[in-house]
Amino acid sequence: MVGQVTARLRAEERDGTTVLVVSGRLDAQAAGHLWREALRAARRAKSMALDLTTLEYCDMSGAALLIAAETAHAKPVSLIGASPQTEAMLERARVAAAVPPPAAKDARSPGPNIVTAVGDSIAFLGEVLLAVLTLPARVRMLRLRDLLRYADQAGVRSIPLVLLLGYLMGLILAFQSAVPMRRFGADLFVANLVAISLLRELGPLLSSVILAGRTGSAFAAEIGSMKVNQEIDALVTMSLDPVTMLVLPRLIAAVLVMPVMVLALDVAGLLGMATVMKGFGYPLVTVMHQVQSAATALDLFGGLFKGMCFGSAVAVIGCRAGLSTGVGPRAVGQAATAAVVGGIVATIFLDGLFALIFYRLNI
Amino acid sequence: MTAVRVTKCSQRFGSRTIFRDVSFEVAEKEVFVILGGSGCGKSTLMNQLIGLLPPSEGEIEVLGHVITGPEGAAGRHAMQRRIGVMFQSGALFGSMTLLENIMLPLEMLTDLPPEGREAVARVKLGLVGLGHATALMPAEISGGMARRAGIARAMALDPPLLFLDEPSAGLDPITSAELDKLILDLRDDLGTTFVVVTHELASILAIADRCIMLDRNAYPDAGGTIAEGNPRTLRDEDTHKMVRAFFRREIPQIEPV
Repeated sequence: MVGQVTARLRAEERDGTTVLVVSGRLDAQAAGHLWREALRAARRAKSMALDLTTLEYCDMSGAALLIAAETAHAKPVSLIGASPQTEAMLERARVAAAVPPPAAKDARSPGPNIVTAVGDSIAFLGEVLLAVLTLPARVRMLRLRDLLRYADQAGVRSIPLVLLLGYLMGLILAFQSAVPMRRFGADLFVANLVAISLLRELGPLLSSVILAGRTGSAFAAEIGSMKVNQEIDALVTMSLDPVTMLVLPRLIAAVLVMPVMVLALDVAGLLGMATVMKGFGYPLVTVMHQVQSAATALDLFGGLFKGMCFGSAVAVIGCRAGLSTGVGPRAVGQAATAAVVGGIVATIFLDGLFALIFYRLNI
Repeated sequence: MTAVRVTKCSQRFGSRTIFRDVSFEVAEKEVFVILGGSGCGKSTLMNQLIGLLPPSEGEIEVLGHVITGPEGAAGRHAMQRRIGVMFQSGALFGSMTLLENIMLPLEMLTDLPPEGREAVARVKLGLVGLGHATALMPAEISGGMARRAGIARAMALDPPLLFLDEPSAGLDPITSAELDKLILDLRDDLGTTFVVVTHELASILAIADRCIMLDRNAYPDAGGTIAEGNPRTLRDEDTHKMVRAFFRREIPQIEPV
C-alpha cells in the first residue's frame, strides 16, 4: 500500500493557538507520511486545535494519528469542523487506545536450573523403568503395529544412509592412516586399525549419531505435536499411560534396530577399508586375515551392545524432549533440536563410560 | 458499486463437485453473509474469493479486479493488497506477540514510524477488546481471543473489504454482540464492505444486509445456492425446507426415496 499520499497537514497560528489543518484522505499510508510532522507540531504548540473541515475521510489509522497528536500536546485540544463520521471514529479510537498497556511482564520464573533438570530426567527414567516393569500387566497398550512402524522408520529406512556413511568412513580412515603408516612399512596394519576402530568405537558411535539425527528428532517432533494438540491429555483422560503407549514402542524399536545398524555400518566400513587396501596392492585374503587376527568376537559384540545402549538413550531423550514440549509451534522445533543435541551428547558421554568399564574389565 | 461479483462458479475436487453455478454480487458498504450447514462449501467459496483457490469454472471479480482465468494472477495480487482476511483459527504468527502481529502489515506496507505502528496497532487491538493483551504470544491466549486478534490484523490497514471466516464461533454472547456492533460501526463509519462466513444465527440476523445460503444437496449431484436475500425475509418467508430448518433450528424432514 506504499503509494500516493492523499492527505496534507498545515500548521497555522490563529489568535495565539496553533491550528493543525488536516485535509484529504487520512488513511494508514497518509498517517505514516504525516506522523512525525504532526507530533512535532503538537509538542511545540502552546495551545492547539485540530481543523478537520477539509478532511474528506479518516480511517482508524488516521484517528490513531489525531489521538497521538492530542496525547503529544498533553493539553485539551479543540476540534474544528469534524464530520460526525470522523468524530465517531475518533471516539472509538480514543476508547480503544485508552486501555492501559499491560504492565511489563513480571520477571519470568527462573528457567529450570540444572538440579531440577537432572531431577526431572531421573524421574522420567524412573517412569520409563516402571512402565517396562509393569508392561506384562498392560501389554495391550503396547501396540505391535506401532512398534514395527517405528522400527521401520528408525532402522530399515536408515540402512542406505548407514551403508553409505560406513563405506565412506572405512575408506577415509584407511586412506588417511595408510599414508603415514606406509613410511614405516606398516601399511598392512591399517586393516587392524580400521577393524578395531570400527567395531569398538565408530560403528556404534556413528550409528547412534545417525539415529539421533534421523529418528530422535522425529520422535520428539511427533510426540511434541501430539502434546500441542492435547492428544497426550486425551490419552491420560482415557486412563492410558502415555509412557507405555508412546515411549516404550519407540524405545524397544530403537534398541532392536541399533545392533543391525551397527553391524551394517561395520561391514560397509570394512568394505571401504578393503577397497583402499586392494588399491595399495594387498589381496583381500590378506586383509581378511589381518582383520580376523586383530578383532575378536568381544570387540564385535561389545560394539553391538554399546549400540543398543546408545539407541535406548537416544530414544528416551527424544521421547522426553517431545513430552516436555511447551506451547506453540516453535516449541516443537525446540523439542526436536533438544532431542538431537541431547542424543549426541548422551552418546558420547556413554561412550566415555564404556571406555572406562571395558578398560577395567580388560575387554 | 459492486465490491464482489461471482458468476457461475463451481468447485470440483476430483470427481466430487462441492458446489456449482454459484452466482452473487456484494454491493459496497454491505455486510454479506455466506451461510449453510457443515460441508456445504462455505470455506471453499471463501478461499476462492480471497484468491487462494482458483474455481474449477466461473469468474470472480473483487474490487474491480478479475481474479480468475488466465489473467487472474495480476488481479489476485492487486486485490490481495486491498483486502483484509480473518481466518477461522486467527492464523496468528506464533513467534510474535499480538501487537507485533498487527504491526507486521503496517511495517511492510506503510511508511508509519515505529511509534506510529505501535499506536495504530494498539488502537486496532483495543477495538476488538484486546488492549490488555498486546504483549501476549498467540500460544498464551484462548481461541476466541486469537480470532479477535485475527480480526484486528485483518483491519490493520483499514481495507475497504474484509473477509471474515466464522468470526463469532466459540465467543461468548457478549463478546459476539460487541463484535457484531464493531462490524456494523465500521460499515457505517468507514464504509467497509464485509463478506462473512458464519452459521451463528444470532450474528447473521444482527449484521447481515444480505446473504446466500449454500446446501450440499442443492442439485442431485452437487451443492449450490438454495436461497439469496435478506436473512430476516428468508427466515419469515422462504419455503425451501433447508432454509426453514436452518432459521428455525428444526430438523429437516427427509422425504422417502
